[in-house]
Amino acid sequence: MTLMKKTGLTLLFIGPASIFFILIIAYPFFSGIYYSFTEWNGVNAKPIWVGMRNFIEIFKEDSQFFASFWFTVRFTVTTLILTNVLAFTFALILIQPIKSRGPLRTVFFLPNVIGGVLLGFIWRFILVNGFGTIGELTNLQVFMLPWLGSPETGFWGIVIVYTWRSVGYLMIIYIAHLLNIDTHLLEAAKIDGASSFGMFSKIILPLSMSAITVCLFLVLSWTFKSFDIVLSLTAGGPFRSTETVALNIYYEAFSYNNFGIGSAKSLIYFILVGGVTMLQVRFTKSREVEV
Amino acid sequence: MIAQKRNTKVTIAEIFVILAALLFLAPFYFVIVNSLKPFGEILKNAASLPQVFAWSNYSNAIEKINFVKVLCNSLIITTLSVFLLVIFGSMTSWWIVRHKSKLTTILFFAFVAAMITPFQSIMIPLMRVVTKLHFVNTRIGLIIVYMGYSTPFTVFLYHGFIKSVPLQLEEAAIIDGCNTLQIFFHIVIPLIKSMTVTVLILQALLIWNDFLLPLLILSKKDLHTIPLAVFSFFGQYTNRWDYALATLVLGMLPIVIFFLLLQKYVVAGVRSGSVKG
Repeated sequence: MTLMKKTGLTLLFIGPASIFFILIIAYPFFSGIYYSFTEWNGVNAKPIWVGMRNFIEIFKEDSQFFASFWFTVRFTVTTLILTNVLAFTFALILIQPIKSRGPLRTVFFLPNVIGGVLLGFIWRFILVNGFGTIGELTNLQVFMLPWLGSPETGFWGIVIVYTWRSVGYLMIIYIAHLLNIDTHLLEAAKIDGASSFGMFSKIILPLSMSAITVCLFLVLSWTFKSFDIVLSLTAGGPFRSTETVALNIYYEAFSYNNFGIGSAKSLIYFILVGGVTMLQVRFTKSREVEV
Repeated sequence: MIAQKRNTKVTIAEIFVILAALLFLAPFYFVIVNSLKPFGEILKNAASLPQVFAWSNYSNAIEKINFVKVLCNSLIITTLSVFLLVIFGSMTSWWIVRHKSKLTTILFFAFVAAMITPFQSIMIPLMRVVTKLHFVNTRIGLIIVYMGYSTPFTVFLYHGFIKSVPLQLEEAAIIDGCNTLQIFFHIVIPLIKSMTVTVLILQALLIWNDFLLPLLILSKKDLHTIPLAVFSFFGQYTNRWDYALATLVLGMLPIVIFFLLLQKYVVAGVRSGSVKG
C-alpha cells in the first residue's frame, strides 16, 4: 500500500469520528479550562481574563455550591448501598428454580428504560398525591409526611426514585455474574461443612468483587451526574436543599448567565469526579479474587 | 447457591420477590389508573379505579404536546444518530484495533478519558461551539452533537469486541484480492453484528431518553423530543394531573413497547455493555 493510500484510508476510517469528538468533547473541554479563569456573561459575549477570581469567589462565598456537593455525596452513598444490596438479593433469588423468574426480571428492569424526566414527574405524583391517599387509607405515619416538602423527604424521595430505576440494571449484571460462578467450589465447601452464610461471605461475595466493581462504578456515575430526575422531581427544592452539583452548575450558567463561574465549577467537579472514580476502581479492584 | 429443587426456603424467597415486584409496579398502577380519571376524582382518591373513564384526558394530552410531531422528532433524531454512530464507531474501532500506532493509541486513550468526563464539564463551552456553528434549533445539529458525545462509548464497546475477532478471515480476504473497504463492509461488519445490536440498543435508549442536550439545543416547540415536550408541558400546567398523567403514559408508551418487544436483546446488551473497562 502506498503511503498516500494508507493516509487516505486512515482519514476515512478514523476521520469522521475524530472530528466529531474534537469538536464536541475535546475542544469544549480544554476551552472550558480557559473559561474558568474568565468573566463571561453569555454564549455570545467575550470572555475577559480574571485569573483566580472565580475560584476564590466560589470557595469564599458560594456555600450553596458546597451544600450541593454534600447533598450529592450523601445521596450517592445512600443509593449506592441500597441499590447494590437489593440488586444482589434479587439476583440471588432470581437464579433459583422459580417459575415466575422471567416476568419478575422484566418487572424489575422496566423502570430503567424510561427517561429521567418522566420518572421524576411520575414520582412527584406518587409521593405527593399517591402517598397522601395511601396514608389516609392505612393510617401509616410514613405516608402522611410532607413528601418533597421538607429537605429530608426530598432527599429520600430522590433516593427512592434512583433505587427504583437502577436496581433492575444492576440485577441483570449480578445474575450474569452469579451464573458464571463455578458450582464445584460451592459443592466442595458444602461437603466441608460450610454454613450458608459462610459460603456467601467466604466464597460468593469475594468471587463477585469484579461484578461489584462494575455496579458501584455504574451507580456512582449515574448518581454523581444526576440532573433530569432531580429537576423534574424537586427542581432542587425545597429551598435548594436537594440541589445536585449538576443542577447547581446548570443554574449558574443558564439561569444566572455566569458562564465563567459555571466553567470554574465544572472544572472543580471534573477533578473530583475523576478522582473519586479512579479511587473507587482501584479500591474494589484490589479486593477482586482470581480463581 | 442454586437450589437443586424447590424447597421452603426458595418458596419464601419467591414470595419476597413477588411482593417486591408488586411494589415496583405500583407507580405504574397509580399513573395509569389516574390518567383515566377526571381531575376531581384524582384528588379525592388516588388509589381507586376510575368511576368514569375520562378518555378526553388522552385526546387533550395528544393535542397539547403535539404528540405525533414530537414522537416523529424523537424517532428521527434517535434513528439517524444511532445509525451514524454504528457506522463511524465501528470503522474507527476496527482501524484502532488493526492498525496499532501512536496516533490510534492516543485516540483510544482520549475516548476512554472522555467516558468519565461528566457532561457538565463540557456543557458551557459546547454551547458556544453549537451557537457558532448554527446548530441551535436544528435536528441535524443535535445529531452531530450526539455523534461527538456518544462516540467514545461506542468505540469502547466495539474495541473490546473486535479484539476477540480472529484475523484469519480478513487475511484470507486480502489474499483473495479484497481491498480495505471490501474487507470492512463484507467481512468485518457481519462478524461484529452482535455487538452492533448491543450498541444500537444501548445508544438508542440513551438518546431517546436524553433531556439536557435537547433542552439546550432545541428551544423551538416544533422540534421538541418526547422528554422535552413533557417537561415544557409540566412547566405550563403545573399540577393539572389529569392532563399530565395522560401525557406521562403517552410519553413512556413507545419505549416500554420497544423494551417488551426486544427484551432479549436489551438484556443481552446491558450484559455485554457492562464488561469491565
